Formats: sequence, C-alpha cells, structure tokens
Amino acid sequence: MNDELSEDVRAAVGAILDGRDAHPGDFDRPLWTDLAETGFHLLGVPEEVGGSGGRLRDLAVVADLTAFHASRVPVAEAAFLAGWLLGRAGLAVPEGLVVASLDEARRTTGLRLSGCLRTPWARHADHVVTIARSGGERVVAVVPTGGGVERARNLAGEPRDTLVLDHVAAIAAAPADVDAERLRERGALARSVQLAGAARAVLESAGRHITERVQFGRPLARFQAVQQQLAALAAEATAMRLSADAAVLAVEADAADAGIAVAAAKAGCSAAAHTVAAIGHQLHGALGYSQEHRLGAATTRLWAWREEFGGEAHWQDRLAAAVSASGPWWPLLTGGAR
Amino acid sequence: MTATIELSAHRLDAGARRLRDEVRAFLDDERAAGAFVPRCDAWMTVPDPAFSRRLAARGWLGMTLPRRYGGHERSPLDRFVANEELLAAGAPVAAHWIADRQMAPSILRHGTEEQRRRYLPAIARGECYFAIGMSEADAGSDLASVRTRARKVAGGWEITGAKLWTTGAHFAHAMVVLARTDGASTDRQTGLSQFIVDLPAPGVEIRPIRAVDGEHHFNEVVFDAAFVPADSMLGERGAGWSQVTAELAHERSGPERWMSTVPLLRAWAERQGGDPVAARELGRLTARAWTLRQLSLSVAATLARGRSPEVAAALVKDLGSRFEVDVVETVRRLAGIEPRGGGPGLEGLLADAVLHAPAFTLRGGASEILRSVVARGLGVR
Ligand SMILES: Cc1cc2nc3c(=O)[nH]c(=O)nc-3n(C[C@H](O)[C@H](O)[C@H](O)COP(=O)(O)OP(=O)(O)OC[C@H]3O[C@@H](n4cnc5c(N)ncnc54)[C@H](O)[C@@H]3O)c2cc1C
Repeated sequence: MNDELSEDVRAAVGAILDGRDAHPGDFDRPLWTDLAETGFHLLGVPEEVGGSGGRLRDLAVVADLTAFHASRVPVAEAAFLAGWLLGRAGLAVPEGLVVASLDEARRTTGLRLSGCLRTPWARHADHVVTIARSGGERVVAVVPTGGGVERARNLAGEPRDTLVLDHVAAIAAAPADVDAERLRERGALARSVQLAGAARAVLESAGRHITERVQFGRPLARFQAVQQQLAALAAEATAMRLSADAAVLAVEADAADAGIAVAAAKAGCSAAAHTVAAIGHQLHGALGYSQEHRLGAATTRLWAWREEFGGEAHWQDRLAAAVSASGPWWPLLTGGAR
Repeated sequence: MTATIELSAHRLDAGARRLRDEVRAFLDDERAAGAFVPRCDAWMTVPDPAFSRRLAARGWLGMTLPRRYGGHERSPLDRFVANEELLAAGAPVAAHWIADRQMAPSILRHGTEEQRRRYLPAIARGECYFAIGMSEADAGSDLASVRTRARKVAGGWEITGAKLWTTGAHFAHAMVVLARTDGASTDRQTGLSQFIVDLPAPGVEIRPIRAVDGEHHFNEVVFDAAFVPADSMLGERGAGWSQVTAELAHERSGPERWMSTVPLLRAWAERQGGDPVAARELGRLTARAWTLRQLSLSVAATLARGRSPEVAAALVKDLGSRFEVDVVETVRRLAGIEPRGGGPGLEGLLADAVLHAPAFTLRGGASEILRSVVARGLGVR
C-alpha cells in the first residue's frame, strides 16, 4: 500500500507527530488543531461536504500513525465514521470537533431525536453525527452536544461516552443508505488499522529494549530465546498490518470481497492483540509494566480496541455465516461474496 | 532496529480473475473426468506426469519464462493465481513443482545459454522434473556445513558425497547439487558451488527412504566419484551459497507454504452442520487463511518487482506452516470422524494431513531457523 501519495501523507503526518510529548489529558486538542490545519483530520471525506478529499488509504495512514504514537485524538470517530456518514448523506461537515454515535437514535416528531447512544469522545465534541430511524427509514442527522453526556473510559483511558438525547432537535438531516451494522463494519476497519499501528509500536519498543537492556553480561537480544520471541511478535504484527492494509484497499475499491476483508482483518487483529501485548510485556520485564513507560499506552489500546466494534468471536461468526450463505469456501476467500 | 518487515498489500487485477476462472474450469473438468481426487500436500507428494503435461499444454508451466525458452512471459502474479488454484484443488502437481518453482528461475538467472536451452523449454512442456540436493546427514539447518565435494578432473568434475531427504529424486530428470569445490568445511559459505546432475547417472545411486506415512517421497542420493561434465556447473564457481540463498526466497514464499491442508479445510467448510463451536472455529481459520493469502500475495508482488524478500518469505512461511498444522488439529478435533488412509472425502484428506503435518514446519527451513532469519532482518542479532 506504500504508493507515493500515501508516502507523502506518511511523511507529513509523521513530521507533526514525531517527538511530541504525550498529552496529559484525554484529548490532545493542540494536536487535533495541527492535524485540522493541514486537513489530515478529515482525509478520505469528500471535499463536497467539506472534508479533505483523498483516498481511504491516506486516511488509514493517519489512523495508523496516530495509533503508533498513541495520540489522544479521535481520528477514527471523526473521519472514518462521522465524515463517512456525512459524505453518504451529502451533509456539510459542521463546525468544531465532530464525532459519530455508534447506535441509531429514534426519530420522533419532526426532526427530534431520542436515545442513549454510545458516542466515543462525546464530551469533547461540538457536534455528533448519528443515524436516526423512524420505522424502516433512516436518516443521517447532526445534533449539537451540550445536553447529557455520561462519561466512561476504555482500558486505555480514551473517552467512551454515552450521549443522552431526549427530543433534541437535529440541525441537519438527510436520508442515507446506512445502518448501525454498516457503521460497525466501518469502525471495525478503523480499529484494525489502529490495532496494527499499536502492534507496531510494541514491536519497535521491544526491539529497541532488547538491544539496550543488558543481563548476564550481554544485551538480551543476544539470547536466542529472546530473538525467537521477538520474531513471533514481528510475525503477528506484520500479519495484522497486512490484513488491515488489504481490507482498506478492498473497501476503497468497493470490491466484492470488502465485507469479508473487514471481517477477516478485525477477527485477525483482535485475536493477535493478545500475542503481541503478551510478548511485548514479557520482553520488557517490569520496566514495561510501569505506567511511565510508553509500552503501556500501546498495550492498553490493544486490549481496548480488540473488543470495540466486535471482538474476534463476533467477526469469526460473521465469516462462518458468510461461508454458509455463499457456498464454496475457496471462491469466497479469493473473490468475496457476490 | 527497524520496526517493520517490508511488505505492502496488493490487489490482483481483472486479468487475474479471468485466468482464475480458466484454471477453475479446467480443474472442474479434470475432476469430473476422474483425472484426480483432491489430496492434501499434493504439491509435495502426488506426482502425475500426465497431469503436469496437460497443465503445460494450457500454458500454466513456465509461465514467467521468456518465450524464447518456451515460456509464456506472464507476470509472477499470474503464476501465483494459477498455482493457488491448483493448490486449493489439491491437484497432483508434485512432478513439476520444484522444477517450475525454483529451478526454472534459477537456471534463467544463473545458467549458461546452453543450460537454458536444454532445461527451460522441457520444464515449460512439463517434461523435465527436478530434485533439490541441499541437505545431508550432517547438514540440515546448518546447510553451510555440507560435505559433498566436487573435485576438478579432466573435462569436468567428480562428485563424492551423499544427499539426504531428496524429494522426488526417484522420478526427477535432474537434480541440483550443492557441493564444496574449494577450500575446507571450515570455510563455511565460501567455496561452495551448484551443479546440475542429470538422472539417472553412473556413480549416482538413489536409495528410497520411506516417510512416516509409509510412502516413498524422499531419498538418499549417493555420489560415488560421479563424473559430471564441466558445463554442468550452475552459475559461478564458489557462488553456490548466494545462489542457494536467492533460491530460498522462491522456495519459501509460494502459496504452497500455507495451503498444504487447504483441501481439508475447504472440504470441512462445505460440510458444516450447524455446530456453533465448529462455525466459530471455521471463522477463525477463515480469517487466518485470508490474512495468510494476503501475506503470500504481497511476497509474490515483491518478487514480481524484482526484489528478493528473504526476510518476509521466512516470516510468511513460519506463519503459514503453523496454520497448516492448525487446520489439521482443528478439523480433527471438531469433525467427529476418524482419518482413513486412501479413503474418500474428509476421512482420506484428514489421514494425509495428520501424517504429513510434522514435515510442514521442517521442510524448506525449520520454524526456529526462520524466526532467526526474521530476528536478524529486524536487526537484532
Ligand atoms: C518432507 C521433507 C522433504 C524434504 N525435502 C528436501 C529436499 O528435497 N531437498 C533437501 O535438500 N532437503 C529436503 N528436506 C530437508 C529439510 O530441508 C531439512 O529437514 C531442514 O532444513 C531441517 O534440517 P534437519 O532435518 O537436519 O533438522 P536439524 O537441523 O537437525 O534441526 C532439528 C531441530 O533443531 C532445531 N535447530 C537446529 N539448529 C538450530 C539453531 N541454530 N537454533 C535453534 N534451533 C535449531 C531445528 O529448528 C529443528 O527443530 C526435506 C525435509 C522434509 C521433512
């Protein structure tokens, strides 16, 4: 996936992220502002609705790098989800920080929305994009925040809030062919990319640590048992990256295998997260278990993200269902469900 | 320390889809005509020269070779597609597999014009099969310690030594032999050269070795001062090690390194009976298979760009061969059947798979060695 365009994005986003100190709060607003200045926060969202344009693979680069750096910014929720919903409905991107809710709201009289909607980062958001349903009809709607937000966090300390709407008037709405299930697939794709990014952070940290840490008179890297562990970690991290990248390309191409690509990527990345985190911690010794070390920022994300938008069991069952629905296994694997 | 192994995702184009459909249609016809029954690990253990020639007639051997050597000048990715279809079908491709996979590219790259003309068109016609003479009794993972020697004599070389585990030597028309031409065994990687030895040949004895499954797949090949002409050296004198290493990228990277038990998985997938535990495991294996296929494809794409992704190939082979075993143990645990050697359907596929599984993580480089290659590739050794 390393074509030149994405490499430019990689270099530019890298320049923004490299050497930045970890932000003390749960939202790195200065970083978000920097990303927003260059438009990297809304890559892959059509320009017609006020996004930054570009391809999904470019957005994936931003998600990968911010995950690698454990940056406290809602790239997935703003661009992968909210931006995508707005693009599908042809609605303009509203002002400020915009995130998506994962559940469908109920649409009551007119354009008033109700429901308790899981909405990551809601506490920091200015607007929330949500799917709203009335009968079998769905619209994408924009609501202001400010009302009730119930706060919670995932294992990595990221905001995982619930937005409580009680007949709140939408400020914009338009019909769109989306539902919570499709949104979940989109989230699973984003998390696969992010899981792979966090896994790479673990691999890099482990590789550096074992060449620096000396025991028994030599660097740990000189012990074969340690090398074998690192190679096993590298294999899983590489498989995660390849599956996430391949899923991004399949979705970008709107290919027949996009659905199974996302399911396979999330099932695989969620399942591999344990191996990566466990080997990562083992190789770092107690040092990696201290909060001060940056390893924890990556492993807590692995532990949180592997469950979000469905853990491996969910996506494994989906794949099995796809097999039984579409018949032969091998054609499904090579071409997707048609 | 570099945190990544260079590999990027690749999507096949529409041409690949057409080729895939052609190969599938051919395989359907062959199966319908009773020309073969799907077998696990068939690329290593089920030779069928007539089948190989029929594939060749379709243009699916020597696919990437230049036309002037009887090839078809197609992309390595086309070759990837044709091969993964053959593997998924469990087709009997062992006769030509090694020749087509690694000897054709190696001879094209290192061979003399005469060697190319002699071997490549025959390989592309499905009429020339090869065996690989690398391993010996005391040179397994530590390949650089080979003891087979080639001594310069008038008009050629005299080879003395014994190769072990030589797959297919009993039906191959030639084998490539790694031998010491210069220096002593303490020189390790330097002083080794490769020879192409036509089989059978005077002074070369091929002794069958039966494997755990009771079958004859590999051999001991003993060279007793066997004479080979000077023009049978492959590549440069003393360059044997670097040539073998380049060959390994081909040997380790193909889809056969994760697909040996796909015929079993495929048959099991099509026989699901509503058990939710089995369904979930099928989902798990499907996700893994999907990822391994992407990995394998991206290695093929890297090779197609003319690079030699040794580290990535080692990584993918390690993951792939573990998956092959995982498939066997998962199906065995959940299918509720007993393996039946030579039997039809799932029982027969399972029998082969169980009996061949120990070889998956050894042949082509043991897993531990592959992981060392990966660790070195990450800069930590
Ligand atoms: C079915 C089959 C077909 C084969 N076909 C061919 C063929 O056609 N031509 C050919 O040349 N060879 C062939 N081989 C041989 C194959 O290449 C060797 O088996 C392989 O290289 C391993 O060597 P070995 O068997 O001598 O095991 P060993 O090298 O003795 O290894 C035994 C165990 O020790 C481990 N080990 C060894 N060294 C180290 C180390 N430094 N660090 C950690 N662990 C280590 C290995 O990983 C392995 O687990 C075949 C093998 C099989 C099983």
